[in-house]
Amino acid sequence: MSAPSTGGASRDGYGKALLNIADDPRVVVIEADLGKSTKSCLFREKYPERTVSLGIAEQNMVLVAAGLASCGKVPFASTFAIFTERAFEQVRNGLARPGLVAHICGSHGGIHTGTDGSSAQSIEDLALYRTIPNMTVLHPSDDLSATELTQQLLDYHESSYTRTARNKTPRIYTEKTVKSLQIGKGTILSEGDSVAIIAIGVMVHKALMAAENLRKEGINVTVIDMHTIKPIDTELLDDLANNVQGIVTVEDHSIIGGLGSAVSEYLSENNPTRVVKIGVDDRFGESGGSEELLELVGLTIESIESAVRSIVEL
Amino acid sequence: MEASNPSIESLEQTANECRKSIIQMIHKAGAGHPGGSLSAIDILVALYGTQMNFDVNDRNSPTRDRFIMSKGHASPAVYSILHQHGFIQQSDLDGFRTLGSVCQGHVDMKWTNGVDFSAGSLGMGLSFGIGTALAARLDNRSYQTWVMLGDGETQEGQIWEAMMAANYHELNNLHVIVDRNRIQNDDFVNVQMEVGDLASKIKSFGWEVKEIDGHNMEEITEALQWSLNSTRPSAIVAHTVKGKGVSFMEDNPSFHGKAPNDTELIQALEELS
Repeated sequence: MSAPSTGGASRDGYGKALLNIADDPRVVVIEADLGKSTKSCLFREKYPERTVSLGIAEQNMVLVAAGLASCGKVPFASTFAIFTERAFEQVRNGLARPGLVAHICGSHGGIHTGTDGSSAQSIEDLALYRTIPNMTVLHPSDDLSATELTQQLLDYHESSYTRTARNKTPRIYTEKTVKSLQIGKGTILSEGDSVAIIAIGVMVHKALMAAENLRKEGINVTVIDMHTIKPIDTELLDDLANNVQGIVTVEDHSIIGGLGSAVSEYLSENNPTRVVKIGVDDRFGESGGSEELLELVGLTIESIESAVRSIVEL
Repeated sequence: MEASNPSIESLEQTANECRKSIIQMIHKAGAGHPGGSLSAIDILVALYGTQMNFDVNDRNSPTRDRFIMSKGHASPAVYSILHQHGFIQQSDLDGFRTLGSVCQGHVDMKWTNGVDFSAGSLGMGLSFGIGTALAARLDNRSYQTWVMLGDGETQEGQIWEAMMAANYHELNNLHVIVDRNRIQNDDFVNVQMEVGDLASKIKSFGWEVKEIDGHNMEEITEALQWSLNSTRPSAIVAHTVKGKGVSFMEDNPSFHGKAPNDTELIQALEELS
């Protein structure tokens, strides 16, 4: 399954979703200078009166969102994933702790962000936000799913952090299949009985490619798009654990605290299963092309295949 | 409640009752922040007595005025004034800082009837106030947002991010009061990190600013009215005395965050009676 590179980056999907929900007067979009990058600029062009520009000031941005939320607005605030981290304590203390509902989007997440170098490559955002009570953590795999999941946040019950990606990746969904996505429920993209690959973001397509190659070897794997990292779909994890020999998690994120950790935390206590984690080892990135960087840190189709084989051959 | 017009004497009397309340609840809890509560209380009494529009029976009314206590450790001051206006009961004050109490260590909108902001980490309240002020504008509502900052708190960079943003968005429905009591946790502000001429600094961010004696009830009530009528975001820098009203706490850094012992309680209450 080698989908053509159509559609766009998940950040494009985020921008489109803001337009799709703009009819709801509660929606307010907040920017910290990077609207052109996060794609909230699409909303700004059409609804300047409901777009709040705050300049390069992320800490202020999060609390302005909280204040608006306390008055019944549904704020969508975005900047680069890495810069949301500057306001981590504001998200924790000012937004989630009082139980207010606003949605933070961090674009340009992951090492594949590329030539800007390590300062712009957030590989810890998912881990950070996962530790905060009253927070949902999302990372869609293509533009269509980013649109769908963002739209579902409109009437969502708690604050959220969504990581989107800078680069265009092949579409995982179609306009029709994407409608079945649901926050909190992992999506089964392919079914097999030997190993399950659970992937997020830009790695979902690589997981599907690996599955295709492995099938030729007679290894049938399940592939999951776990777009909701928190709350993690424990029902699905139990199902997988009961039916496969092991699980491989794949993420453009530190192996500490992200998807692999979330899966392991649940299974180690509830349904002990071998989990092999593929992610960014405890290290920073550097400048380079997206694919070069993914290769540098071992986020490749080949490494996914090897991990699956290592489980099958046990 | 519609804002009323109580006499200066009755406001001063209320402030005295609040001071007793503050000392008692901190003594009972064995912890809390008397200094910054006593420096702020005259301003809170004037604000709630003469400006704030609220309905104690409809505390979540979207049209209510907002008060945001950004220096959230001055929670006893907030609880004492909310008690005076019927939002919370004496038994709530008695539970200050105990497990399950609506009177949490730092003011928290999730726990306390009448509290509009969850504070405790300094530097965040003014930004939150920008949010409530922007929402008022979006909804064509005339409610006002009042934010109290500590002077030490202005060492936080986020305060100045917010000062810049409030001016840019021309929020004349946003009002700041700085409790300039010159003492922070460890020592005097000018020892830790002098914040200097706050009035000039805030003015340079495009705000209208007035300086007052934060314990002169007449000056306070006049300044609040001035702020309400301002056509720009406006700030009152209120020069205050930390621990005001209790001799051994006044201007004494050690009572920033320390409860009075039994003997000190008796002395404090004698001085306030």
